[in-house]
Amino acid sequence: MVEEILSPEFIAGFLAASLRIASPLLLATVGEIFAERSGILNLGIEGEMLTGAFVGFAITYFTGNIWLGIFAAIFAGALYGTLMAFMSVSLGTNQVLNGLAITLLGSGLGFFLFRIIFGVRTVLPYVGGFKTIDIPILSQVPIIGEAVFKQYSLVYLALILVPISHFVLFKTTTGLRIRATGENPKAVDTLGINVIKIRYACTIFGAALAGLSGAFLSLVQFRTFLSEMSAGRGFIAIALVIFSNWSPIRAFGGAFLFGAAEALQLRLQAIGFAIPYQFALMVPYALTLLVLIAVAKKVAGPAALGIHYRRG
Amino acid sequence: MKLDVKLERRATPHPLMALLYPALAIILGLLIGAFFIVAAGADPIKAYEGLVYGAFGDIYYITETLIKTAPLLFASLGITVAFRCQVWNIGAEGQLYAGALAATWLGLSLVNIPALPHLFLMIFIGFLAGAIFGSISGVLKAKLHINEIISTIMLNYIILYFVSYILHGPWKDPVTLWPESRPIAPTAIFPVLMAGTRLHAGVLLAFICVPLIHVFLNKSVLGYRIKAVGTNPAAARFGGVSVAKSVILAMVISGGLAGLAGMNEVCGIQYRLRTDISPGYGYTAIIVAMLGKLHPVGVMLASVFFAALINGADLMYRVTGIPVALVSVLQGIVLLSVIGCEVLSNYRVKVIKGG
Repeated sequence: MVEEILSPEFIAGFLAASLRIASPLLLATVGEIFAERSGILNLGIEGEMLTGAFVGFAITYFTGNIWLGIFAAIFAGALYGTLMAFMSVSLGTNQVLNGLAITLLGSGLGFFLFRIIFGVRTVLPYVGGFKTIDIPILSQVPIIGEAVFKQYSLVYLALILVPISHFVLFKTTTGLRIRATGENPKAVDTLGINVIKIRYACTIFGAALAGLSGAFLSLVQFRTFLSEMSAGRGFIAIALVIFSNWSPIRAFGGAFLFGAAEALQLRLQAIGFAIPYQFALMVPYALTLLVLIAVAKKVAGPAALGIHYRRG
Repeated sequence: MKLDVKLERRATPHPLMALLYPALAIILGLLIGAFFIVAAGADPIKAYEGLVYGAFGDIYYITETLIKTAPLLFASLGITVAFRCQVWNIGAEGQLYAGALAATWLGLSLVNIPALPHLFLMIFIGFLAGAIFGSISGVLKAKLHINEIISTIMLNYIILYFVSYILHGPWKDPVTLWPESRPIAPTAIFPVLMAGTRLHAGVLLAFICVPLIHVFLNKSVLGYRIKAVGTNPAAARFGGVSVAKSVILAMVISGGLAGLAGMNEVCGIQYRLRTDISPGYGYTAIIVAMLGKLHPVGVMLASVFFAALINGADLMYRVTGIPVALVSVLQGIVLLSVIGCEVLSNYRVKVIKGG
């Protein structure tokens, strides 16, 4: 068994699967970092993911165009983000409850629409899904090439998003304004910068990424739609935001840790490691609690996170 | 002359609106629901007729609605206590299963004991298990500042998989094919209150909890502290209230009540543990608590309403083919409407005459 685990094929396959499983988490986490950096705690991403998963799947199923499905999922996520922003920024209602309502609505609506459109089926409808793209030359590198450079386009997108969002948040004026809005909206407002606009934009951007993350699940990972397919990933992403200390680079580390744990669990089961599958399935949730305990008191979120800003 | 209409913030919410907005939220929810029913190609009047008949149509349907009220009522009273302390317990679903798990254990292992003491022990252990499970998140929040929303949701998944494991493995009934435990002892079963129906004593217990929680929140020192922490933690701390203790206590009571919901399903309905004893009661209870304005009496009325929705949706599905999942959509819309309508009661419309 040890030789099996240490073989180059096993390691390459394991790393590739880790990245693939980490990607939807990474998309949702980076999106939520933007929302929270601007001061909005969006607990609705679980519902946004499930709706994105459904919309992406249905549009792809009926048009045969997977990119159309992806854009529809992003748009659906953004719509929920607009609702979240309207409730939280314009009406100033409790962000925790707004987010929970959107999670319940998104989860319910995704499943309801699926049942209406596809009915009750014994055989699930499937879509063709993506093909992997080999990056020339780099994909020939042993192990790393197999693991990183023979991936799906959405995995590349998730990976590229990390340095870009890090750059935007920490090296640009826009990023400075976003972070300042989450720390001290009154000061930002005094400088004549529009707090409301920034919070709307960040919430909608985050929700759009959550929608994309859902489409990743239904179009890449499962290639079908299941009512429970997001399975708390939206909330794991919120935990990863805390774990990452609101930084996209560290979010990559956290998401990869989760991807690796799940990939390892799947592989160990495949080669006949005998643990009840329910305990294997518990891993991401137990791991979430453990990482939160590990970083407790060592991280601090934006000062104005979750607090409504009222002018004057 | 120009008339200008402005929304002005009230110092205190409009008293009549504050009372009416839950009703407004329900109407809004049902209207938007009707839109989805039309979109699904069915007649909304017929669908809602089926829903109302399936909930209150005859004495059997009424008792079935009451049966589904009980777990919602237990769990939403628990959520009320936590939310009043500004502790966002989303873990009622998991705490419900913790209560069910412990109750099943006691129902299977304790035999040769008279029914009355056995039932009291069942109630006790159901509460205790939920309380312990809930206290995990309470302690994590109070001592390590770990967000209780995330910890309760993670614990929900963990215990659900544990229940699934134990029902596929060690506790599996060798006689049946399903992942379910053996039946619990007859002495651990709630007596049926009305012949020919499933109405059982646990439903009564749920309704008894309404005045108990009301008194706890409004007349006891501990209840006062919980509310003080929920209103203004800094002021409460200044007044000598331990915020950490109140947070943990809120989670203990909240989890305990959700544990009773699980015990209630085992002792009153299923007589054994199954993986599907709750169709998401713990999550629905959050909306119930909000719709009931975190007031025990309001929560009681909202529990009946949502039990009727869940129960009536079955008949609605059989009559019109509208998927039962419509209930989850309605739940989300009603919660959004409740939040939105609450804003309305905080403002007044002001007409300004200008030159």
